Amino acid sequence: MAQLTCRGLSLGYEGREIVGGLTFAVNAGDFLCIVGENGSGKSTLMKTILGLRAPLGGEIRAGDGLKRNEIGYLPQQTAVQRDFPASVREIVLSGCQSRAGLRPFYNRAEKKLAADNMEKLGLAPLAKRCYRELSGGQQQRVLLARALCATRKLLLLDEPVTGLDPKVTADFYRLIADLNARDGITVIMISHDVSAALRYASHILHIGERVFFGTRDGYLRSGPGREYLRLRGSAKGGGAT
Amino acid sequence: MSKLSLYLQYPFVQYALIVGTLIALCSSLLGVTLVLKRFSFIGDGLSHVAFGAMAVAGVLRLSDDMALVLPVTVLCAVLLLRVGQNAKIQGDASVAMISVGALAFGYLLMNLFPTSSNVSGDVCSTLFGSTSILTLSLRDVWLCSVLSAVSVGAFAFFYNKIFAVTFDESFARAAGTNAGLYNLLVAVMIAVIIVLAMNLVGSLLISALVIFPALSAMRVFRSFRAVTVCSAVLSVCCALAGMLAAIAASTPVGATIVAADMAAFAAFSAAGALRRR
Repeated sequence: MAQLTCRGLSLGYEGREIVGGLTFAVNAGDFLCIVGENGSGKSTLMKTILGLRAPLGGEIRAGDGLKRNEIGYLPQQTAVQRDFPASVREIVLSGCQSRAGLRPFYNRAEKKLAADNMEKLGLAPLAKRCYRELSGGQQQRVLLARALCATRKLLLLDEPVTGLDPKVTADFYRLIADLNARDGITVIMISHDVSAALRYASHILHIGERVFFGTRDGYLRSGPGREYLRLRGSAKGGGAT
Repeated sequence: MSKLSLYLQYPFVQYALIVGTLIALCSSLLGVTLVLKRFSFIGDGLSHVAFGAMAVAGVLRLSDDMALVLPVTVLCAVLLLRVGQNAKIQGDASVAMISVGALAFGYLLMNLFPTSSNVSGDVCSTLFGSTSILTLSLRDVWLCSVLSAVSVGAFAFFYNKIFAVTFDESFARAAGTNAGLYNLLVAVMIAVIIVLAMNLVGSLLISALVIFPALSAMRVFRSFRAVTVCSAVLSVCCALAGMLAAIAASTPVGATIVAADMAAFAAFSAAGALRRR
């Protein structure tokens, strides 16, 4: 059974539909990239998967032992966070909030989980540093470590490389691909960077005027995929002349 | 100095010191969250609402004005929180609207139905704090102690959740934390503290008590826990120093406390600048 199944999903604001008829399934170990133009409903879809907003129609079902609050979410950074006085450790530990429930403190197992995840992402030397003093790439790794504290199964990433320079972007993508390949964590990533999506994803969900869901190879042969390749080809050609 | 030790023997001075310290403690704890969530304006708006409610209570000649002021302010806190998150009406504009409206309405009522011959004196003492901090009864002290204990207790119990919701509301919601509930909790607590603080510093100066300690602590400290603890300690010290100075020099209590907070802010800013170098 799939970890996440969406059937006939319709999304929008206040009764106005942005995108409809979304049907797709995510299995354990998949790397799904959601691509589409700005305003096509990518972020709305992500919020709906997380249960932050209700769909206009259709259903989302979690299966394969996954609970809806066990999704590790990496949101886009907000203005509030950029100058927030919090240590790296405090932020990573807050990923355990759903494990702790109403307990007012974090127990030893949760603290160890946070420490392990910081170690895994190379953040251990930064544990006591202040979040606002870190570089953009380091901040994203802190938020990724926090997401890993919330899940062992499924990561949801919302435009995770926005504002990062090319080298840090490549490092971050490699890190995610590693988590997917080595630890078997399912990844759902929103991106407008289609070339990265094609490099790392096993499946593509393209939303917009035309909707496509399928494997990466299927996408390259599909209408939206070919159109993208054609656009990129002409952009390259334009740059050469 | 001898004047000070003489005053300290009076129970009403002791009551004032106890209540002042407790209010400073509570307001600074919540101040960190309010400043970081960009909610400081809600504190400011609520204090004006409390002023309006106080005027209504005065006109109605209620023997216990808390019975009216507290529920009205809490209700407005809930409303402002809703409006602040609603993108349709500009959040900040609606807060400004409500706070200025309440201020004008309160002043109008106090002039139309004067309860004493000295209206401007009444208005001034409600806005800038009065000697009423020195006329507290034992019952007031108990009420304040209980409400402060509840506030500090709730803050300590929900500390991790409040941090999580303050830092990243969407992540907290996705993890199943009821962020709306914690926002509501913070709003209700701040409303209660503002009503308590009206007696101490008056409704125009309350925001200073909420904002200054948090901002000062953030200049120097770099973790949420350190900022929270420092803010609480600093606020209590400034309130005590301000009250003692006010007694010794016969200056207005509220303004003296705020002056102490401002001095601390200047010192912490300087320390923060030095540290960063």
